[in-house]
Amino acid sequence: MASTIKPRDAKELRQAVEWALNEGTTLDVRGSGAKLALGKPMVCDQVLDLSGLSGVIDYAPEELVVTLRAGTPLKDVEALLAQRNQMLAFEPPDLGPLLGRPAGEGTLVGAVMGNLAGPRRLSAGAARDHLLGFNGVNGRGESFKSGGKVMKNVTGYDLSKIIAGSWGTLAVLDEVSVKVLPAPDQTRTLLLLGLADEAAVKAMCVAMGSPHEVSGAAHLPGKTALRIEGVAPSVEARLRGLRELLADSGTRMEELGTLESRTFWREVRDVAPLKAAANDVVWKISCPPTEGPAIVARVRVECRAAEAFYDWSGGMIWLALPASADADHVLVRGAIGASGGHATLIRAPEAVRAAVPVFQPQSPALAALSARVKESFDPKALFNPGRMG
Amino acid sequence: MQMPPLDPAILSRRSEIVSALQAIVPGEGVIDDLDGMRPYECDALSAYRQMPLVVVLPETVAQVSAILRYCQDNKVKVVPRGAGTSLSGGSMPVGDAILLGLGKFNRVLEIDYANRCARVQPGVTNLGITKAVEHEGFYYAPDPSSQIACSIGGNVAENSGGVHCLKYGLTTNNLLGIEMVLMTGEVVRLGGKHLDAGGYDMLGLMTGSEGLLGVVTEVTVRLLRKPATARAVLLGFPTEAGAADCVAAVIASGIIPGGMEMMDKDAVKCAEAYVGAGYPLDAEGLLIVELDGPSVEVDHLVDRVAEIARGRGATTVRVSNDEQERVLFWAGRKAAFPAVGQISPDYMCLDGSVPRGKLVEVLGEMRRMSKQHGLRVVNVFHAGDGNLHPLILFDANNPDELRRCEEFGADILRLCVRVGGVLTGEHGVGIEKRDLMGEQFTEIDLDQQMRVKCAFDPDHLLNPGKVFPKLRRCAELGRLIVTQNKIPFPDIPRF
Repeated sequence: MASTIKPRDAKELRQAVEWALNEGTTLDVRGSGAKLALGKPMVCDQVLDLSGLSGVIDYAPEELVVTLRAGTPLKDVEALLAQRNQMLAFEPPDLGPLLGRPAGEGTLVGAVMGNLAGPRRLSAGAARDHLLGFNGVNGRGESFKSGGKVMKNVTGYDLSKIIAGSWGTLAVLDEVSVKVLPAPDQTRTLLLLGLADEAAVKAMCVAMGSPHEVSGAAHLPGKTALRIEGVAPSVEARLRGLRELLADSGTRMEELGTLESRTFWREVRDVAPLKAAANDVVWKISCPPTEGPAIVARVRVECRAAEAFYDWSGGMIWLALPASADADHVLVRGAIGASGGHATLIRAPEAVRAAVPVFQPQSPALAALSARVKESFDPKALFNPGRMG
Repeated sequence: MQMPPLDPAILSRRSEIVSALQAIVPGEGVIDDLDGMRPYECDALSAYRQMPLVVVLPETVAQVSAILRYCQDNKVKVVPRGAGTSLSGGSMPVGDAILLGLGKFNRVLEIDYANRCARVQPGVTNLGITKAVEHEGFYYAPDPSSQIACSIGGNVAENSGGVHCLKYGLTTNNLLGIEMVLMTGEVVRLGGKHLDAGGYDMLGLMTGSEGLLGVVTEVTVRLLRKPATARAVLLGFPTEAGAADCVAAVIASGIIPGGMEMMDKDAVKCAEAYVGAGYPLDAEGLLIVELDGPSVEVDHLVDRVAEIARGRGATTVRVSNDEQERVLFWAGRKAAFPAVGQISPDYMCLDGSVPRGKLVEVLGEMRRMSKQHGLRVVNVFHAGDGNLHPLILFDANNPDELRRCEEFGADILRLCVRVGGVLTGEHGVGIEKRDLMGEQFTEIDLDQQMRVKCAFDPDHLLNPGKVFPKLRRCAELGRLIVTQNKIPFPDIPRF
């Protein structure tokens, strides 16, 4: 097993990379390690453990910005923000339990590296939309920065975007500044009961296209949920408006109050409603919302045991399939086909992830461009080699 | 402003290059006579001008691809241009580069209300998108003040903002996909109607890359449902500090207004004389706060904002009672730049961004600098997100005033960086702020950005002379000297 280096500050972080570069040592870069089972399996010479770089550096609620070290646990950040009635609006999911680990392990930067987002992705964006800037070390052992701590910034390339979702393959971060937003006073949920997939997605799209500011739209088997957040009088009025708007579907409706709603949407965020058996492989599909049901139907023609639920108004499908050597990747990506979108294999045994493309294969031109961008940050491929395939 | 020296070899091959372009784009699509090229000699940063080598206006993606491939093969530089409304010289021509105008890509290709998106060509104007969907109650959120003229392709290149990005985000937060052509002529599609395309976020990297990485030939934008209602609140304060303080207090109370704009006393005076919006002339700082959403929510928040403002010493608190009045409140703000143009032969508009908590300090320091440089400064800006637009008044016919104006502008931007802000919030670096990049970034920071540029355009052919103060060759940037085993393992905990 590879040994571990654990830097205590930015200088040691840079020295560690500099040393690795000189030795030609590949680095398994990790925060808490909560998402190690996600991505292509790697063989690295050394673990670079960022958990020693932890803590909030600066938090100014009226600036809507928090600046923290890369190894800071997500739950610590969330607790700090909650004290001031603020939140990470992109609702980073806790994929720990889905990946067979304890809940509450991950770091904020880990969520950024996966560009993860929960149900509020629809209205508030993903991690990429909230990373304002960072300091880090590139694969040349150089400390560099990009972005800043202000809301509006177009100075130079927006490297925060390319870092978010790079799964630690471009640079090792030391410090990030992230945008935060006020937490809503109230959270309520309108449930539509008994809708089939297609009717449910149609209803969700109608709701999303209404002026009622729906901040979550998920369809679980037999249950379609629309989230309304904000100040009390507004929430009441919008719920009423939504009921009227969706009345002609003749569907039975129920409501969840604030506490129940919070639990419900946390479960959706963390993929808990997916009826996945312990050995099932799990896919995440992003697609145009209206195409969701057709994609699932095409999968089910070949695989009747498929379990699925929809988030993002139908535009995100969580799919569980019985274990197989190839995770049915041809079936899943074929089902997306001309609908447009992409599929990521979120959970599968290591041997399966080694054998099939975990991330959506790219066109030759885009794949070549991605390889050149990787090289521009990390010319010796020191960081998480092969993790993105 | 120094632009790279012209390459005599390219200039001497001009007629050959024109013929090659004519073979790709037949008919009127190639403009090589001086009169025809004149409209392209500058963008909205009109103090700087240069005639392009030749103008080419393709109509198809295949033509764009063929042009770029030809330019790559022949090492000819290319300046892409949308509507030419850049305030930073982003589309300013270069004498030994072809100017690639995307104006003929002006069609809305598809509107998909169910999936709340529109697929458009890059030459469609920002406002044109909203016009195409507003009858169904939808709109495209980013609203730069040039929205009637600026193109969506240019918005992608510059990551344009506007009054409403405090709540709805910049261009980058409202895009779903693009199609672009690389210098090699390869056509690449990023994203689509779905969210968060896998792989590296090239869409995010392209947005705001100022035309240096690729040429956008199609854009898929997110559409939003128009808010049910919007009301504006006019708040006058006896001091600028009071107004700035109120901005921070509103945000700290958990309210994110649709827009929150500030004008100083001179700006108020100019705007009032120009459009008669009914602004309080005694106010040292004026805020316009717009709340949008469901009407009960807007009414509720309007009251809270008014209460916060009174608590901070506001002497004027007026709430718009109908749409006509709301539009009137905004009329002065929207006309502020031309209004300032009435009291000065010229003005330079800056675009620094600072933490909201530093607004008071920065405004005060700017007044001091104004005296030092002997030039007036007027402030009209997006206070909600700390994005300043100081207007320095000067006379371009007086060379000394132009010089002092440039120095004053540079001092203001240095100040923004010093208090933790940035050089540009929404106008872009272009040529205007290019030489100040070193104030915000180290050489290592800039080298990393240039290496990204090399991944897209290894010969630095796309939009040359912009963004980077000092160009380094990609081969030099790519060199990596590794001294095997020369560095001992540092004293870091390992186990």
